Amino acid sequence: MTATKATTAQADTPAASGYRSLSMPMRYLINAVLVVVFLVVGELMIDGGVVSRYQTGVIEQIGIYIILAVSLNIATGYLGQLPLGHAGFMSVGGYSCAIFIMRMMDVVGVTTRDFANATPAAMGLFVLGIIFGGFCAAICGLIIGVPALRLKGDYLAIITLGFAEIIRVVMQNIDGVLGFTLTGGAKGLTGIPSYTNFLNTFIVVAISLFLIHTMMKSRHGRAILSIRDNEIAAESCGVNTTYYKTLAFVASAFFAGVAGGLYAGCIGVMAPAKFGFMKSIEILVMVVLGGMGSMLGSVISATVLTILPEALRAVSDYRMVVYAVVLILVMIFRPEGLLGDYDFSMSRVIERLMNHGKRPEDVAPAATPAVEAAAPAAAPGAPSATTEKDTGKEANAHE
Amino acid sequence: MNTNISRRSFVKAGAVAGMGLGLAACGGNSGSSDGSSSDTIKVGLMGPYTGDVAQYGLACRYGAELYVKQVNSNGGINGKQVELDTQDEKGDATEAVNVYNKLVEDGVVGIIGDVTSTPTIAVAQASVKDNLPCVTPSATAADVISYGNNYFRACITDPYQGRLMADFAADQGYKTVGVIYNQGGDYEQGVADAFTEEAGKKGVTVSDSEGYPAGATDFNSQLTNIIATKPDAIFSPNYYQDDGKIVTQARKLGYTGVFLGADGWSNIVGGDEEYASAEDLEGCYYDCSFVAENEDEKVQDFIKAYKDEYNDTPSNFCALGYDAAMILLNAIETVEKDGKATYGSDDYKQAVVDAIASGTAKGVTGDISYSGTGDPVKSTLIITFKDGAQEVSKTVKGE
Repeated sequence: MTATKATTAQADTPAASGYRSLSMPMRYLINAVLVVVFLVVGELMIDGGVVSRYQTGVIEQIGIYIILAVSLNIATGYLGQLPLGHAGFMSVGGYSCAIFIMRMMDVVGVTTRDFANATPAAMGLFVLGIIFGGFCAAICGLIIGVPALRLKGDYLAIITLGFAEIIRVVMQNIDGVLGFTLTGGAKGLTGIPSYTNFLNTFIVVAISLFLIHTMMKSRHGRAILSIRDNEIAAESCGVNTTYYKTLAFVASAFFAGVAGGLYAGCIGVMAPAKFGFMKSIEILVMVVLGGMGSMLGSVISATVLTILPEALRAVSDYRMVVYAVVLILVMIFRPEGLLGDYDFSMSRVIERLMNHGKRPEDVAPAATPAVEAAAPAAAPGAPSATTEKDTGKEANAHE
Repeated sequence: MNTNISRRSFVKAGAVAGMGLGLAACGGNSGSSDGSSSDTIKVGLMGPYTGDVAQYGLACRYGAELYVKQVNSNGGINGKQVELDTQDEKGDATEAVNVYNKLVEDGVVGIIGDVTSTPTIAVAQASVKDNLPCVTPSATAADVISYGNNYFRACITDPYQGRLMADFAADQGYKTVGVIYNQGGDYEQGVADAFTEEAGKKGVTVSDSEGYPAGATDFNSQLTNIIATKPDAIFSPNYYQDDGKIVTQARKLGYTGVFLGADGWSNIVGGDEEYASAEDLEGCYYDCSFVAENEDEKVQDFIKAYKDEYNDTPSNFCALGYDAAMILLNAIETVEKDGKATYGSDDYKQAVVDAIASGTAKGVTGDISYSGTGDPVKSTLIITFKDGAQEVSKTVKGE
């Protein structure tokens, strides 16, 4: 549902002779309008009772899982690492956001009812809480990222797995150390006001996807991609690999924290036991199923995998079997994930319509060298190797 | 197997399948929401029927289904048949909230559930705004009933059990007691904390309190520390799988004293597996509200009916599920006979809540009534092991 707006065109499509393209402001405008249309239609449907409360609840969870999957995709799909501790960052974000909001409610004088009525004070508190949650998760990401990113592959997987377990155990036992109730221990943090609703989930998802997308299309994003493709080559081209690896990791943790904050408000209870190893795996499954490095893939698979268990309630006893069978079938027939590394772009579709169905390479086959010439000028920090690969992929995606 | 399915066709097929699922989900929902015809009474039944805690969920479900079947075969409530809407929540708070929303949408007038504490708290928080009468068979956490007046439980609470066993220990004349409990469980921690507090008041010294992490199988180090303090008894308020190992390992370490437990012990013998040998358990005590060896006529009738239906001996959870269904359906019967409120209206729900609060159910786990809160006033059994069999040592009146 939210996929269209975040994936603007692959940047720097050659504006070569004869190919009509959209200007950047135009692209942003189109996508912004699409987001608003979706938002208004969604909100009207909920207010009008077309979408029931049960469905609204599921839609909110879809939004939360979309943020989780897309943020994990930064670390797996774009950076090429395999962290297994995403649930840890999610729980840090969720706990800190919920605790922040619950404690500040008394100070600011906001009641649970205000969240339902969306008063300005309550909304301000929500925004601060979500950012605070993301920020706390980002700090954890930094703490673990700096030592962990010296390692690769399975070693990194193990260390992040361990870190997430540490977070879970800390959440469980910190009350005893502090001497007062902060997280509620094993029984969990209860009585969290339900500050999550369709409207603010949608806006947070849209903003998160926009930020992640623009980051990945910027020179920082290209530097991150270059590390994935070949770390030694990237380093020899002057990319500060430690910095960019940490950046990607911290960004990934930040958005996981944001999603955790939404989750806490959606469910109303945070229990440490729910943020174990399996939660991390669940999110990783979404990323791998959708295709590593594809934002649309993550969005689709997060949506499908959240709806699937609910849609299969009719066959209640067999639904987990069906879920597993779906996963196995996809992995057999599409080992690279549903979409591979293909990403959807609304602007690209419109551009193609403007050019009567022709693709840029049909119109201007000589465009590729032009990109290479243009790219270093546009992004001095990014090695041209990446750009070349990107262009290759671009052509690939069009088949 | 041909793996050369083109990406495009796969994506298209996937999209079509996704839409189909979505439509199926919507269709299913709209179809089932108008099931509230006047000749049936629709009651929700939820719990974990798959996943880690499925055994408790299923036990409660069998008990509740048995009661509903008995009511229906005796002509139903006021001539109306009771229809159960049974939904699985996998022991997960997220799914529990979804299930709750779905049940509300399906038009139930009351819910039997949820089963474990954290999901129940999530449901309790969500149910306050609907004022939907809910009776949980087995969620023992204190929080469950604190959000609104609409939530009731059929079981005794963790803190109550802790106090009860501390009083019992004082009555038995124990001077020093060691405590071993699962630090990762809200149930175990809740009972152990209340026990320690009450023991202090009654002049029983807790010589050593040792926590162990969830999933531990070796308790030798904790037990060695406890046994070194030479306690008169060891209090082990855990689930039976752990308790069995704790008792066995303590006997191997040379401990010959008494073990005290809480209702988590209730499957330690007599189930599919013996978790500790008869001689190891001889003379130990635990509290519980149901045991198959109880001579009471009501209990024996229930056991016979259960055996006829499922060909199995009912556990504590089965009995609690049976009683929870009884509490809710008794109240609905009162309201139906009164005939003032229209079925499904807000007045109807309030009337059911009031009827539960003021009524008494003659359940198989004792007579259950409420005195202003959702916590039951009911008697509790102290059960002991004698010559390899369980027997009721004492009945403690409700406070």
